[in-house]
Amino acid sequence: MAEFTLPKNSKVQAGKTLRAATGARRSREFRLYRYDPDSGQNPRLDTYEIDLDRCGPMVLDALIYIKNELDPTVTFRRSCREGICGSCAMNIDGTNTLACTKAIEDVGGAVKIYPLPHMPVVKDLVPDLTHFYAQYASIRPWLQAETAAPDRERLQSKEDRARLDGLYECILCASCSAACPSYWWNGDRYLGPAILLQAYRWIVDSRDENTGERLDMLEDPFRLYRCHTIMNCTKTCPKGLNPGKAIGEIKKLMVERQG
Amino acid sequence: MNLRSSLGIVRGLGSAKNGTHHWWMQRLTAVALVPLAIWLVFAIVCLSGADYATAVQWFRSPVNAALMVAALFAIFYHAQLGVQVVFEDYIHTEWVKVTAQIALKFACILLGLVAAIAALKVTFGA
Repeated sequence: MAEFTLPKNSKVQAGKTLRAATGARRSREFRLYRYDPDSGQNPRLDTYEIDLDRCGPMVLDALIYIKNELDPTVTFRRSCREGICGSCAMNIDGTNTLACTKAIEDVGGAVKIYPLPHMPVVKDLVPDLTHFYAQYASIRPWLQAETAAPDRERLQSKEDRARLDGLYECILCASCSAACPSYWWNGDRYLGPAILLQAYRWIVDSRDENTGERLDMLEDPFRLYRCHTIMNCTKTCPKGLNPGKAIGEIKKLMVERQG
Repeated sequence: MNLRSSLGIVRGLGSAKNGTHHWWMQRLTAVALVPLAIWLVFAIVCLSGADYATAVQWFRSPVNAALMVAALFAIFYHAQLGVQVVFEDYIHTEWVKVTAQIALKFACILLGLVAAIAALKVTFGA
């Protein structure tokens, strides 16, 4: 049956408070979700008050400051610090986004930071994306063509290239999929907005010759049709992309090839 | 402990090779229900306060009878498709899901038939 109670370890408890903003002109509280599955203890919310004049403007800057100066046990992923690697996707102020491109200034009051929702947590703000990446692999995200490779680049008209705009920019940060209720309830079989946007990126690529096989693979009540156009994906995408529209385009192609 | 590879788990039983028909029929019945619902509300408002004989007379018109049966068909078809999706979304115990889907299909077909036959009975004055 449907589950109405949460597992025991999903109840978040109050944690410790560290104040490091004495004499600060601009201070801000950061409340971080802390969880170590190996400890056997429930997750807790730790509070860190920091001086904003001693760290950079983005939420990631604050996290790095907290880890370097206050609490080295805080665990999170980050790499490029400029919104291109997708490593630091997390739930900030109730919205999935990239910590590196989210300005502290844009959050009112205490900055609450949780890992991406409904993903298994490895530790603190680090979600386990194994299943997400396997779903990405399942759509075969590479160019498939039987025509012998030319001696030069595979040519594409300007119009065909333009079809990839709004798709190729996806950095697979998983913010959209982790914001999708359909993905929460049926993520085991539903591919989710990120992977479907990527699937569409290859479906519309004029150089790819396996469009039909790609559609065949998605022709499924769960893989594709769990999308109910809720549009949380588009609302949350830190890159301003529209996975909801990409899914709609896939559905249109599905109908188009019926007759 | 599951030792299956994550890709193996994702591929699972493979694509069901359907889903588009369900989705398309849900849109189609929804589109059909826009004029049919307006017509139905309009008819109910017009017939409110009228006596039984007037209502029977109204049902005798082939256009009204056809629209009524079409509306009933669209309503029950659309309801079945919609509730099926809700069940698939939220019920995660296989036997409960299958039982609910069967009960839903039977209920929609039966209720639709009863409603359509009742409407036609008035039309043909039995």
